[in-house]
Amino acid sequence: MSRRGLATLLVLITVVAVATAIRFGAEPLTSRDVLAAFRGGGSAGARYIVLDFRLPRALLACLIGGGLALAGATFQALLRNPLAEPYILGISGGAAAGAVGVLALGWVTAASWTLPAAAFAGALLAILLVFSVAAAADRALDVRVLLLAGVVVGAFFSAVIALILSMSEARTVRGAVLWMMGSLAAADWQAVTMVAAYTVPAALVLLGLARSLNLLAIGEETASYLGTDVERVKLVAYGVASLITAAGVAVAGVIGFVGLIVPHGVRLLVGSDYRALLPLSFLAGAAFLTFADLLARVVLAPAEIPIGVVTAFVGVPLFLVLLRRSLTR
Amino acid sequence: MSFRATDLRVRYAGAASPALDGVSMSVPEGALYAILGPNGSGKSTLMRTLMGILRPESGGVWIEDRRVERWDRRELARAVGAVPQSEAMAFPLSVRELVAMGRYPHLGPLSAEGAQDREAVDRALDRCDVAHLRERPVTSLSGGEVQRVRIARALAQEPRSLVLDEPTASLDIRHEMAILGLLRQSADGGMTVLVITHHLDLAGRFADRLLLLDQGRVVSEGEPRDVLQADILSRVYGWPVAVDVNPITGAPRITPLNAGPPPPP
Repeated sequence: MSRRGLATLLVLITVVAVATAIRFGAEPLTSRDVLAAFRGGGSAGARYIVLDFRLPRALLACLIGGGLALAGATFQALLRNPLAEPYILGISGGAAAGAVGVLALGWVTAASWTLPAAAFAGALLAILLVFSVAAAADRALDVRVLLLAGVVVGAFFSAVIALILSMSEARTVRGAVLWMMGSLAAADWQAVTMVAAYTVPAALVLLGLARSLNLLAIGEETASYLGTDVERVKLVAYGVASLITAAGVAVAGVIGFVGLIVPHGVRLLVGSDYRALLPLSFLAGAAFLTFADLLARVVLAPAEIPIGVVTAFVGVPLFLVLLRRSLTR
Repeated sequence: MSFRATDLRVRYAGAASPALDGVSMSVPEGALYAILGPNGSGKSTLMRTLMGILRPESGGVWIEDRRVERWDRRELARAVGAVPQSEAMAFPLSVRELVAMGRYPHLGPLSAEGAQDREAVDRALDRCDVAHLRERPVTSLSGGEVQRVRIARALAQEPRSLVLDEPTASLDIRHEMAILGLLRQSADGGMTVLVITHHLDLAGRFADRLLLLDQGRVVSEGEPRDVLQADILSRVYGWPVAVDVNPITGAPRITPLNAGPPPPP
């Protein structure tokens, strides 16, 4: 498929995804109700559902889905490892430890911002820990050390979570487990603003580094020989991709699979040139997570399925089809 | 372009002995210069130090009479095309995409490839005999084909010098001779070419000057017939060799002998 064709298609799919996510939900609204809400008419209840519930939730899904896909693609180049995903360096572990900590302490009811704040702080702590270990040798980031330190720091936070949960009541455990499987239920305009404030500038920085990421995916020595300031690019790309992930995980918990399979799906369609891969992965991730969240909301409505379950249920078959197609072509 | 290094000492973190220990060398403009030595003698370390990605503990490197640290990396990439021994091919790029990376140092941060860039890429693909592979994923190529594609990328940089680490290591004789011919021709056209290689015979036949390294030190440097001496090579490689003149090419001919290793020095 041509890059321009896929880009057009993905923009269309994203728009359709957002429109569908606004149109459908647990509360039965007609298209007329939705359009009236956008014009400022209709019932106050419908206006609230459309403008303050479904719209911010769809936008949040776009930002987080796109951000995770972008971060996953970046880590894959940085670590030269196709199995890399946004959480590979322990960010999910740190965020979850922070979230589970405040859940166990019963602080969540005090103010709505404590959970995301604690998750974000945990993610930042994990990033700083991994980074300081990986940069210990000669202030250069060693990618192998980065990977090892990330896995080990993640394991440590898993142990912290297990310890806290083993001492908590059943209700807290259930809340914590659901949080760790991811959900966009906390979406509101404040969350959209917070995630956008990290994701939009970060996405622009990463797009500007696309050529350097192409080179780093081949090797750091080659990247230097082709004019890249390797240590600076690694530092910026690692920091920026980590912040995108941390902002997303703080608001929506750990949403698996998007950051791994979306970039690979796009790779199978248009190849691995990061100048195309990054923007297309952002669009594909946005559309994918918006649809996944719609399914999470409507399949068992009014109950919600964890979005991580949907991303795996939908993403895995989709990815296997793409993989099979690329092998038989 | 000329390359010059004086009294280089390089030590990897945690290593007991230095990888380079007092290496001095000088490569005149337009020379085809081969760096020889046993495994682990410091050849690749010397290449990385010459290119400024390893900082020596002492000593210095000058490229065109400017210290290598004073070169901006993009500016250096426009002047010198360098190909390391191996690269990770984690993702399936096409041959053309990989060769087009040689144009990155010439492009502004937001500018796309122009006609001039596309011509440089096509020329490089032709010269390395890989034009017919242009749409193939690099991950599907044989070792020798990958090698030629990587050399094509260095040529697409349109540099004034080439620095290549074992460029013909996995090539068949036809492509090995074609690449060496191309390097000889480039040097004759004024390009400075540094090549790391294990092919002593071919180095002696194609290169203007040789540098023989052993355990991070220069054992000898000079014209092929002065460096390729049986006693020196036998000692450095720890294996007896005989050297005579190849009656067909007139270049030194190195024959490893069958006898066991020589007595320790």
